[in-house]
Amino acid sequence: MTNVLTPVLSDNWDADRPWTRESYERSGGYQALDTALRMQPDEIVALVKESGLRGRGGAGFATGMKWGFIPKDNPNPKYLVVNADESEPGTCKDIPLMMASPHTLVEGVVISSYAIGAHTAFIYVRGEVLHVIRRLRAAVQEAYAAGHLGKNIHGTGYDLDVIVHAGAGAYICGEETALLDSLEGRRGQPRLRPPFPAVAGLYASPTVINNVESIATVPSIVRNGAEWFGSMGTEKSKGMTLYSLSGHVTRPGQYEAPLGITLRELLDLAGGVRNGHKLKFWTPGGSSTPLLTDEHLDVPLDYEGVGAAGSMLGTKALQIFDETTCVVRAVLRWTEFYKHESCGKCTPCREGTWWLVQVLARLEKGQGSEEDLDQLLDQCDNILGRSFCALADGAVSPIDSSLKFFRDEYVEHLRQGGCPFDPMASTLFSPVGATA
Amino acid sequence: MTVTPSKAGSNAPAPQDLVTLTIDGIETSVPKGTLVIRAAEQIGVQIPRFCDHPLLAPVGACRQCLVEVAMPGPDGELRTMMGPPGRVKPQASCTLPVAEGMQVKTQLTSPIADKAQQGVMEQLLINHPLDCPVCDKGGECPLQNQAMTNGRGESRFQEVKRTFPKPINISAQVLLDRERCVLCARCTRFSEQVAGDPFIALVERGALQQVGIYEKEPYRSNFSGNVIQICPVGALTSADYRFRARPFDLVSTPSVAEHDSGGAAIRVDHRRGKVVRRLAWNDPEVNEEWITDKDRFAFHYANRPDRLTHPQVRDGETGELRPASWPEAFAVAARGLRAAGRVGVLTGGRLTREDAYGYAKFARVALGTNDIDFRSRPASAEEEQFLASRVAGRGLGVTYTDLERANAVVLLGLEPEEEAGTLFLRLRKAYRAGGTRIFAVAPFTSNGLRKLGATVVKAAPGEEVPAIEQLAHDGELALDGGGVILVGERLATVPGALSAVAVLASQTGARLAWVPRRAGDRGALDAGCLGSVLPGGRPLADAGARVDVGAVWGSTVPTVPGRDTDGILAAAAAGELGGLVVAGVDLDDLADPTAARAAVASAGFVVSLELRASAVTEHADVVFPVAPVAEKPGSFVSWEGRVRPFEKVLEGSNAVPDVRVLAGIADELGTPLGFQTIEAAAAELDEFASWDGERAADPTVAASPAAPAPAGSHRLATWKTMIGDGPMQDGDPAYHASGPTPTVLVSAATLESLGAAVGDQVELSTDTGTAVLAVGVADLADDVVWAPTSSGGVNLGRDLGAGAGSAVRLSLVPAAAPAVQEAM
Ligand SMILES: Cc1cc2nc3c(=O)[nH]c(=O)nc-3n(C[C@H](O)[C@H](O)[C@H](O)COP(=O)(O)O)c2cc1C
Ligand code: SF4
Ligand code: SF4
Ligand code: FES
Repeated sequence: MTNVLTPVLSDNWDADRPWTRESYERSGGYQALDTALRMQPDEIVALVKESGLRGRGGAGFATGMKWGFIPKDNPNPKYLVVNADESEPGTCKDIPLMMASPHTLVEGVVISSYAIGAHTAFIYVRGEVLHVIRRLRAAVQEAYAAGHLGKNIHGTGYDLDVIVHAGAGAYICGEETALLDSLEGRRGQPRLRPPFPAVAGLYASPTVINNVESIATVPSIVRNGAEWFGSMGTEKSKGMTLYSLSGHVTRPGQYEAPLGITLRELLDLAGGVRNGHKLKFWTPGGSSTPLLTDEHLDVPLDYEGVGAAGSMLGTKALQIFDETTCVVRAVLRWTEFYKHESCGKCTPCREGTWWLVQVLARLEKGQGSEEDLDQLLDQCDNILGRSFCALADGAVSPIDSSLKFFRDEYVEHLRQGGCPFDPMASTLFSPVGATA
Repeated sequence: MTVTPSKAGSNAPAPQDLVTLTIDGIETSVPKGTLVIRAAEQIGVQIPRFCDHPLLAPVGACRQCLVEVAMPGPDGELRTMMGPPGRVKPQASCTLPVAEGMQVKTQLTSPIADKAQQGVMEQLLINHPLDCPVCDKGGECPLQNQAMTNGRGESRFQEVKRTFPKPINISAQVLLDRERCVLCARCTRFSEQVAGDPFIALVERGALQQVGIYEKEPYRSNFSGNVIQICPVGALTSADYRFRARPFDLVSTPSVAEHDSGGAAIRVDHRRGKVVRRLAWNDPEVNEEWITDKDRFAFHYANRPDRLTHPQVRDGETGELRPASWPEAFAVAARGLRAAGRVGVLTGGRLTREDAYGYAKFARVALGTNDIDFRSRPASAEEEQFLASRVAGRGLGVTYTDLERANAVVLLGLEPEEEAGTLFLRLRKAYRAGGTRIFAVAPFTSNGLRKLGATVVKAAPGEEVPAIEQLAHDGELALDGGGVILVGERLATVPGALSAVAVLASQTGARLAWVPRRAGDRGALDAGCLGSVLPGGRPLADAGARVDVGAVWGSTVPTVPGRDTDGILAAAAAGELGGLVVAGVDLDDLADPTAARAAVASAGFVVSLELRASAVTEHADVVFPVAPVAEKPGSFVSWEGRVRPFEKVLEGSNAVPDVRVLAGIADELGTPLGFQTIEAAAAELDEFASWDGERAADPTVAASPAAPAPAGSHRLATWKTMIGDGPMQDGDPAYHASGPTPTVLVSAATLESLGAAVGDQVELSTDTGTAVLAVGVADLADDVVWAPTSSGGVNLGRDLGAGAGSAVRLSLVPAAAPAVQEAM
């Protein structure tokens, strides 16, 4: 097996105190900023377009194109908002990135802000991760002190202020328009679109919202060029990205590789499914992306490949579950999360998740009949694509997909009048080799 | 696309771009920007909905209105709007504007839309208590109705419903049953957008989301009742109506609100001869779908225990009032009036146009006098001339819709939120739409003015004239570019102000409207209840006008100019008038309530036409009971000059209108009125064609500089709050409790010099008396304070002998002494 890892974002993570400016600059940090500030803003937008970078926050929208939507003739200030709310179950890439190398993000923020003509940028960080907020704030302070932020950056006359904002603790605040409401001091609930944030976002002004990883990738593109970036990945999913492996895997963690790598390859790198067990199901990109199984080990993990397999690449959060895991139980836990996190604005999500949890809880206990399974699918059908935002679509993904692949297991619960699994066996502290 | 070129004037709608689309296979063209849900309504397709409301900004929250939509692509091919891979994504028709070539399939033609709607309906019901049999809304509930039309027969939900302790008071009047709420955000959007009182908001999340108020801060709004009406379920109820009736037991009658000059259309619901609630009726030209809390809740006054039910005459021996038959009362009244010689007539603000006409004619024909005045409040001769020259009999002038088209509206002596609530809401709409800028000459920036985004030109009471004169030269206001001037009745008390207003209107070409507080005032003016004004705005001084009127009446019109309210009372006190006919006047509303009481007490002979016992009936020699608005037909004339007719609501009532009583007395006097019914009075009034002769000239009173307040005192600014004291607001404790705390407003410096904090009690005093109220802060001049004219049991005129411009003193009421005092 060849090592297919392409550490770019994670390249300096093993350096000595990589979160300091000194360390970051030693490995070439903030040189891309110099390059960028000598370019015209439009040239940077064109470069990012050309690179084919797609948003790493889940939807995979072309980053350069998003920047291009910012109207030039709008008299209001422009804003860059970095989405660092990372709360999706399984998703755990932005937080390690910001902990290990916050300056990568800060440099990306300056270049991106310059490209879109913003003089104020916000980093909206999930409120619970206080350690990350501290580290980011320290990095921002260092950057100000070094002249990478503030007035007349690198002597070019460009000014930028960066505000690290602690989020208020809700998954929905990761949804970009709810994030804007939250940032403005309101209760985070998605906004009606149009107007789109590019036209009327933060404080009704043109706003670009990008994921941490998207923005952190920008300096590498400026440094190495679009061609270099495009040399990695697949035709429509270019570049390298962070794959986060978690769960029943021998060496969980961040694996930075070109888009299009397969789970089989990643598992090889990660030492395989935990000792003595085999893969049962996995999420390609967090709990909101439909489950896949061991049939899908060779699906290319890019937007098109995972899409063709009936799921979504999402945030590339690969949660690995081995055969000790009861899928009904796992799905119920996820559904409880969505019920808890539904913002309450729209009926299908608010009421639908309330109901789903109760039905699933019943099924886990083996109460009900096969008709309940069909009803469950129908409940999902009445939620998927009927709600105000994508949270509810995510909520039904685990249910729909688990019923598609593991209907028998649901039926088994009903037949046995309870769960056929030993919940202890699936825990990470269970004795090696324990089975259900 | 064909648009007929319009040659009409400013009132014709601007030509609009039309968009053509198909809905359920039917092609239709609607103005650009129309939402799909509205376009469907226009072809008769009702898409179910909860959060949608035509007068609120769309939210798309309930998802009940989902429809299937296809759009033509660049190649002209229709493409159905898709969602998660491979699935049609039905769209919320309440947030989606129409587009050229769009194809919409509603529940009628799209199985996908139909299923989506049924799904949402089922979801809405899972946490709904389904307590329809005990719910106020049961029988008129959009959830109930649409569950029947667009829902599945049986719920599949067998699990546990979310429950809340119920109900909770979000204000003294409005209660919230959270379980019933479908979280459509209509109430919260209304409060924020329409009323500008964002004191309810959605809080918490998921299924625990609920409507909430700030901790210990009740929902305070003059318009709070509207949220009850637009709530699509029974989540919001009023303390007043809750559990009182079932909608299907009620008889509903359209009517017109009697509490201000807004002319708001209402619906009155009654059962077994009693009004049990009032709702807003939809009149897009006037109040749209909103009414004030006063118009909604203040109707119990007609059923108070002191309601008069039979005529009474004062017994010569005991000096007490005793019941009398109608013929006896008519005879006694006529005898007394004849003996009294000269008699003056005072009418109050509750009169309908027809009843007012009855008094106008009764005074001239039966009593042979022009001593009649409808202004039961501080007034002036300058105002009388202004009304004669600019307002009386002018017909429809500035309208609500005109306000939305005006580039600027200036408010003079008028606090719309408190004195003309319906007008306030339309001004706020005009302001929010962005086209209309609002200016006000006022002593401070009230909350109401703030909600109108008004530019306030500060003027202490009595100092308005220079400010008004300045407006002509205000480039920002630019009254000459399509401006409107709205003048409140309070300006009458400022010498020279109305003269300056007339000049301002002439100079700038701005349109002018007079906004009285009371519902009956404009109608009374038009009907001739003013000494110098005959019906239809005819000037008494004009011989031709007198001939005109005489021809209709078949009698001559007295020529001696009439006295005004204060003049009539003074003359009665001095014995120059031998008698008074008083109709629904609250003496506490007058400029000098103490003098007014004395005048009525000492008047030779007093005939009172009243609904309920009052300070006037105490001294009256004959008392006639008259019908409240719900018990007679009639009309009011709104501040716009729009006649607002209404039918009798309580058909079974045999209470008689004022005209019938006046006719009875007139007959006894041998000078018949010529009509006995409202209908006949209206018909005769309509015989007066509009007056095209000369009108009185504009008043030209010079401003008299206001006297500075004596050292140690402040000048008083005052007006009535909407929810306050007054006989027509009696009878609903929850309504009163939901009103504002009566508060004296002072400048920050005054507050500091008093050593007081906001909310402390302060004493307001004059040589006449004292009153204790809470204190608050506003951007007033240091030597000016503001207090409500009549609220919380304090009536400034009665208790302090004070009105606008009076000097008052202020002191802090020491907090109650601590129980244990330290020894010195
Ligand atoms: C319920 C929900 C939660 C989301 N949470 C996040 C998040 O935590 N971080 C993030 O970057 N994007 C999140 N997104 C996606 C954002 O709405 C948005 O698409 C993204 O931030 C855009 O950045 P990108 O273009 O760089 O991917 C979420 C979306 C939804 C619907
Ligand atoms: S789907 Fe609806 S309720 Fe759920 S989070 Fe989005 S807007 Fe809120
Ligand atoms: S209380 Fe009524 S109007 Fe307000 S959100 Fe609930 S259902 Fe809608
Ligand atoms: S009516 Fe359209 S979403 Fe509520």
